[in-house]
Amino acid sequence: MADADVIPIGSGGRPGRGSGRRTTPSAAARALAGPEAAKNRAERARATQARAAKNGAAPRADDAEAGAGKAKSRGKGRASEAPAGKTRGGKSAQAPRSGDGSAESPTGGAPSQLAPDLGGLSSVPDAGGPSGVEVGETASGRDFAAFEKIVRETLGADGEQKVAEFLAFLRRRLTGEYEVDEFGYDSDLTDQVLLSLLRPLAEKWFRVEVRGVENIPDTGSALIVANHSGTMPLDGLITQLIIADHTNRPLRTLAADLVFKTPFVGELARKGGATLASNDDAERLLRQGNLVGVWPEGFKGLGKPFSERYKLQRFGRGGFVSAAMRTGVPIVPCSIVGAEEIYPLVGNMASLARLVGVPYIPVTPFFPLLGPLGLIPLPSKWLIEFGEPIRTDDFPEGAADDPMLVFNVTDQVRETIQQTLYTLLMQRRSVFF
Amino acid sequence: MVTGVSRDAGARCARRLAADPGIETVIGIDVVPPRAELGRVRFVRADIRNPVIAKVIAGEDVDTVVHTGVVATPGSAGGRSSMKEINVIGTMQLLAACQKAPGVRKLVVKSSTTVYGAGPRDPAMFTEEMAPRAIHQTGLSKDAVEVEGYVRGFARRRPDVCVSTLRMANWIGPQTDSPITRYFAMPVVPTVFGFDARLQFLHEDDGVEAIHHATMNDLPGTFNLAGDGVLSLSQAIRRLGRPAFRLPSFTASSTAAVVRRARLADFSPDQITFLTYGRAVDTTRMRTEFAFEPAYTTASAFDDFRARLGTGAVTQASRLLGAGLGALRG
Repeated sequence: MADADVIPIGSGGRPGRGSGRRTTPSAAARALAGPEAAKNRAERARATQARAAKNGAAPRADDAEAGAGKAKSRGKGRASEAPAGKTRGGKSAQAPRSGDGSAESPTGGAPSQLAPDLGGLSSVPDAGGPSGVEVGETASGRDFAAFEKIVRETLGADGEQKVAEFLAFLRRRLTGEYEVDEFGYDSDLTDQVLLSLLRPLAEKWFRVEVRGVENIPDTGSALIVANHSGTMPLDGLITQLIIADHTNRPLRTLAADLVFKTPFVGELARKGGATLASNDDAERLLRQGNLVGVWPEGFKGLGKPFSERYKLQRFGRGGFVSAAMRTGVPIVPCSIVGAEEIYPLVGNMASLARLVGVPYIPVTPFFPLLGPLGLIPLPSKWLIEFGEPIRTDDFPEGAADDPMLVFNVTDQVRETIQQTLYTLLMQRRSVFF
Repeated sequence: MVTGVSRDAGARCARRLAADPGIETVIGIDVVPPRAELGRVRFVRADIRNPVIAKVIAGEDVDTVVHTGVVATPGSAGGRSSMKEINVIGTMQLLAACQKAPGVRKLVVKSSTTVYGAGPRDPAMFTEEMAPRAIHQTGLSKDAVEVEGYVRGFARRRPDVCVSTLRMANWIGPQTDSPITRYFAMPVVPTVFGFDARLQFLHEDDGVEAIHHATMNDLPGTFNLAGDGVLSLSQAIRRLGRPAFRLPSFTASSTAAVVRRARLADFSPDQITFLTYGRAVDTTRMRTEFAFEPAYTTASAFDDFRARLGTGAVTQASRLLGAGLGALRG
């Protein structure tokens, strides 16, 4: 969230005015915190309820674009969800989100509206208490403190930061105030949503082990060439995540035209940074200094039978090498072990695939036998190794138009990946561990 | 001489050229008299589909022809066949007349980026050299391709004439009335389910300036003109604060027919593919060779257009909601 103007909610969970200065709590604030601490147990029960209400609110906020009527009913729905004996509390917990609601106007700045709202609320404990202001105001102040506490308990110390970031993100999405580059890459959505969804899959399910990240340059462009396997192009997504996490740079992938023909897949692929695998697009991305990922085996590698696992197919027509040569960027070979076993392809419904217009429809031991359950990838252990970069800038002028040279470099890259695959397979103890 | 002055874009170009003291006389040509005020422009009622156009060029001793008469919408031209007649036959007749007129020194053609078509196999950005990848070409994009073909033929036969072809992205702005602006002005904007097109816009003022720039300077060649940056369709609709209605692609043509029947907007099949797959063009050459810098980016041109439209339903609802909650809280 590079461009987010994040303003933390309130006083950071501590008593005080929320002015940023961390002072010792005032007597009024301590008095306020007293009954809170005593009611800790009841509070926790409420916390879970409020969390449920909050989680329910987030997707509903997404729906706001669907229609005005919904937007109104949302407010009602939330009010009714709040615990019955705690209407004041329910309302004050709603307060930060009402700021978000009004920020749906294209010009509105949610954080700037959020801040005074919350500033007003969090200053209540100081004003109330001993000086004897009316009871209702103190109650609402206490409830806001409770809300803050809930946030801190459920999301950790920087919980408010997270909530504020999430609200800022939501506002940007709803008002369209985000940037899309000329390829349709939506860095905001990719960083916040798409990669976050993939992360558990990579870390918990496939337990990806990465080697040789230092071979990816920190600045300037590079072409990352990898083997393709696993029936579904999950290896591409995981590689994108790995590179984003380890180098803090987005990987721009090159995808087949079938991807962009398919509804949803094409839309998400463009937003995730993919573009058509053609020399024009590849060279344009490389000239702009991006990390570009390419899987030159294409569908031949992706849809090869399980018996041929880890045998590299033909590397296309070497188009990726000529693109790298024309722009003079290094080629980083990348070997992925583990992706072959996620969907072991044992058969192919060729005639049905022809009818639908896709290269193959896989038959795996579990698909289509178990239906949607068969779509769950097997939890194989993944190893990803990035090899030494192969330089292309020392070739003579016009080398990209020399087919023999291009084929030689293509074979060199292919051999490197194949050898690394064999080495990694020797090191792997078993498919799943 | 400016063709197509009864239409909004043509009239604005003619007015802009007439406002320049460096140009002696500006002659506006169209079949119907212009509704807009033309100022210093001299209007001549003539049909570019008719050989009489040659007499106008010879009689007025025209040295520069600005062709803005390519019609984008079948509705305003009186049907698709009439539109094709105006676009293709009109251009042929005009070019034939220009070829016979020794006085003509320059030809500026307002073309469109629709010549590139739109489809899933498209590169992210089209440069001027690239050929369209999509096969099914209908409506305006087919006309524009044919018009450009005739213009290239003319440039070959009359190498002494400076021919500039300006492939402009969709014009947008407070005064533009085009299928795209009508589309965005609909209370509920239908989009194709599962696709999000990349759009580029050119502000109407930039478009007029570009035509003027090409008329005043000798800039032979073909140039892409568009504002910087790209908006995705969903993003544009969100910025408008209007609800989007996502429809599966097979219902797109019937929806377009309903919309056309309701006189809300005028859609041709090539516009539907454009709104499905989108299209973006490379404008490097606009800066280097054409030496033109648009004042608006795609996003700021769209903002200018949005200011005219007023608030959409989603924005209003959220404002109401915000105000209501504010009142509730006291």
